[in-house]
Amino acid sequence: MHRIELPRLGTFDAWRDAARKLAGSGVGFDQVSWCFEGTDATLFDGAQPPLPDKATWQITVPKDFPPLAKLLCASRAPGAFDLAYRLLLRVSDAPSLLRNRADKDVGHAESIAKNIRRDMHKMKAFVRFREVTPKGANRRQFISWFEPDHRIEELIAGFFVRRFGDMDWVIVTPEVTTRFEGGALSQEAVRSERLDLTDETEKLWQTYYANIFNPARLKVKAMQSEMPKKYWKNLPEAELIPGLIAKAEAQVAQMQAATPTLPPVRAARVLDRLHHPDLPPRDDSPENLERELRGCASCPLAATATQAVPGEGPMSAALMIVGEQPGDQEDLAGRPFVGPAGQLFDRVAAKVGLDLQDAYVTNAVKHFKFQVRGKRRIHQSPNASEVSHCRWWLDREITQVNPKLIVAMGATAALALTGNAKGILKRRGKIETGLHGVRVLITLHPSALLRQPDPDLQQKQMAHFHEDLATAARMSVQLAEDN
Amino acid sequence: MTLQEKLALLSDAAKYDASCASSGTSKRDSSDGKGLGSTEGSGICHAYAPDGRCISLLKILMTNFCIYDCAYCINRVSSNVQRARFSVEEVVHLTTEFYRRNYIEGLFLSSGIIKSPDDTMADMVRIARELRHTHHFRGYIHLKTIPDAAPELIEEAGMLADRLSMNIELPTDAGIRTYAPEKNPDEIRRAMGNVRLRKEELKAPTYRGRKAPKFAPAGQSTQLIVGADGSNDRTILQSSSRLYSSYKLKRVYYSAFSPIPDSTAKLPLIKPPLVREHRLYQADWLLRFYGFEAEEIAPDQGTGMLDLEVDPKLAWALANRHAFPVDVNRATKDMLLRVPGFGTKSVGRILSARRNGALGYDDLRRIGASVRKAKPFIIARDWRPGSLTDAENLRARFATPAEQLQLF
Repeated sequence: MHRIELPRLGTFDAWRDAARKLAGSGVGFDQVSWCFEGTDATLFDGAQPPLPDKATWQITVPKDFPPLAKLLCASRAPGAFDLAYRLLLRVSDAPSLLRNRADKDVGHAESIAKNIRRDMHKMKAFVRFREVTPKGANRRQFISWFEPDHRIEELIAGFFVRRFGDMDWVIVTPEVTTRFEGGALSQEAVRSERLDLTDETEKLWQTYYANIFNPARLKVKAMQSEMPKKYWKNLPEAELIPGLIAKAEAQVAQMQAATPTLPPVRAARVLDRLHHPDLPPRDDSPENLERELRGCASCPLAATATQAVPGEGPMSAALMIVGEQPGDQEDLAGRPFVGPAGQLFDRVAAKVGLDLQDAYVTNAVKHFKFQVRGKRRIHQSPNASEVSHCRWWLDREITQVNPKLIVAMGATAALALTGNAKGILKRRGKIETGLHGVRVLITLHPSALLRQPDPDLQQKQMAHFHEDLATAARMSVQLAEDN
Repeated sequence: MTLQEKLALLSDAAKYDASCASSGTSKRDSSDGKGLGSTEGSGICHAYAPDGRCISLLKILMTNFCIYDCAYCINRVSSNVQRARFSVEEVVHLTTEFYRRNYIEGLFLSSGIIKSPDDTMADMVRIARELRHTHHFRGYIHLKTIPDAAPELIEEAGMLADRLSMNIELPTDAGIRTYAPEKNPDEIRRAMGNVRLRKEELKAPTYRGRKAPKFAPAGQSTQLIVGADGSNDRTILQSSSRLYSSYKLKRVYYSAFSPIPDSTAKLPLIKPPLVREHRLYQADWLLRFYGFEAEEIAPDQGTGMLDLEVDPKLAWALANRHAFPVDVNRATKDMLLRVPGFGTKSVGRILSARRNGALGYDDLRRIGASVRKAKPFIIARDWRPGSLTDAENLRARFATPAEQLQLF
């Protein structure tokens, strides 16, 4: 039986050194007993063979093992070191062992590790620093007393170093004192008694604690499961808890019983100003159209979309381009044709020489219609009723811009402009006279091209789209010359 | 008024905001000795109040003066509560001194709307700038964003803060018009859309391969009040899933409407529906991590409300028993996620553990699954539920009658 004594600080490193040598010399897990320095040998340790000088062969472990072993070595749970050593012997043969949580050793180790992590987390949360800066010091100084369940002082020190880099601090636990002074960390294993400390700022903190508490939602058990009573004695706010709980019910009853009061005088004045802002008079200007459109709620789409997306372009444009509806990106940005379909449209238009600077671009329906699928919004085509509701806005845009030619992209635009959504593939490339008496050139919608699954068909339709935009480009040049 | 009196007033006014998260932001620390604070991914709750809520941040209002008149709010213009206002220095002092004593992870600054949205937002941004640039504060900052504020202000807020949030409070536009007539739901959605676009813009790599500064690295969130207007759970969950998909929100918080001092006659005070709030949170998790759609969890038939007696996943399984039992050794991840009693962690562990051989009942227990809940719905190496899956009294075995009082 080997008896290995481990130091209180540097425990894990010492364990690792010993474990490497033992495992590398083929010592079985039942041949080792682990204990802390200064503890007496037990009766069962028996004769103690010396620790091998070095390992006979090299032990290799998967990279998830050392962090787990580190946590096990911090535990006060009986048998944690043995378990760590047993696992070491097993993982060197089966590197994927730790991923099998159904294994008894792994399950046991993980449950110990979970306790250590929780203990560390609670220490990060419940350490309370009290200020002890002497006059004239150039760095502020703080001190804290904390009683962790396990031997986590070494594992946790880095957290406080990273967090409180510009001040000096000391954390005293019953077994270890950790100091951070002038930017240097040091730890010392010494026994200490509980420190009794206070700090002026604690009054403010207690004020905050008492007032952030909502007496109408008393849930004492929920509080205690996260902040067990054993921590209370070091928390300045904890002394308020019994009082807060006792008063809660009366406080709520008082709120209930109070009759509604009359609003203060200034309320009416403030609200009147808010409700009657100085708006410019209503007229047919584009700015006014946009403002009214943003307030439109005449169909249910307004409540689910982000915003109404108005058309864009010069009011004197001879060419108007009408798409279906804003997509995901257009809906967020509030501008038409900025998403993938819009980019495709821009590319093709540039290729065939269609100058979009001179065109007014808009959509048949101004709000985005979609269905939620998991984390994405899936486009849905607007129905006839939504198109006809929204035609009111399209009509006003057409009246204002007074274009000579309108390009209708896709069935929805065709429906809005000609009253007929059918047979787009047959009608494309042809000029029709729309409901507004303006010439309408029908073509496909670029997003239909993007969604076309058949590559041959996609190529063919893309060619048609090129052709149609080229027609539009030719016609708009002609229209400009006619003027 | 002393600082202590102001703090009492302005933290009392802030407690109706449920969010207190300090997690999920980019890593920072002050080990260079030149600043204060760190953020390391997971949040820390430094205390718990007797209402069971975590206290992670110094959650205060800059001021509780407000020109809006939202019926559910303690700070509405028509309320007679005492008013106060912090100076920039006071907020900075409280934040850094609390932080140095390890009371908090950072600041959650909200505000009533004074004068105009732009004025209010500018003052809040000034506090954040002071903390970050003058005091080198590297802890967490959550700024409540005023939707109508100028884009430059929101831009700067996003550069200084870890999280931005805008509270919608009521799940339908009609509800907002009734109870918060000065709020504009379109404006809130548009502002959330802008935050999402800005985040995505900065995420794209620059031409020189430099990392762009992060915009609100812990994302954006919102809050919905439960039980103030008549919306049912289905409406609330649909609204949440729309918010998640549209604006990539990190969280939607649900806050049971709870009594406020000096309440209005418009909204009668009720006992806060805490169980309902809890069920909504569970349902929200199912939406985000378990592949459920809002319509599955809160079906159309009936009241559109979640079952208060059993959790929403169990309720779904009980209503869809034809999909069970599921063989834990063969089922896909998607299906395992739908088994009551299996969390995302347990499912991950089942998937990697079953490579080593078929899993039995005890293996599942060791893995950390709640086998008591799962057993009617699963098949394992040494376990078959038999007629248990379709047993008529199955629901009764799980349901503990929950009592939700409507009145005091």
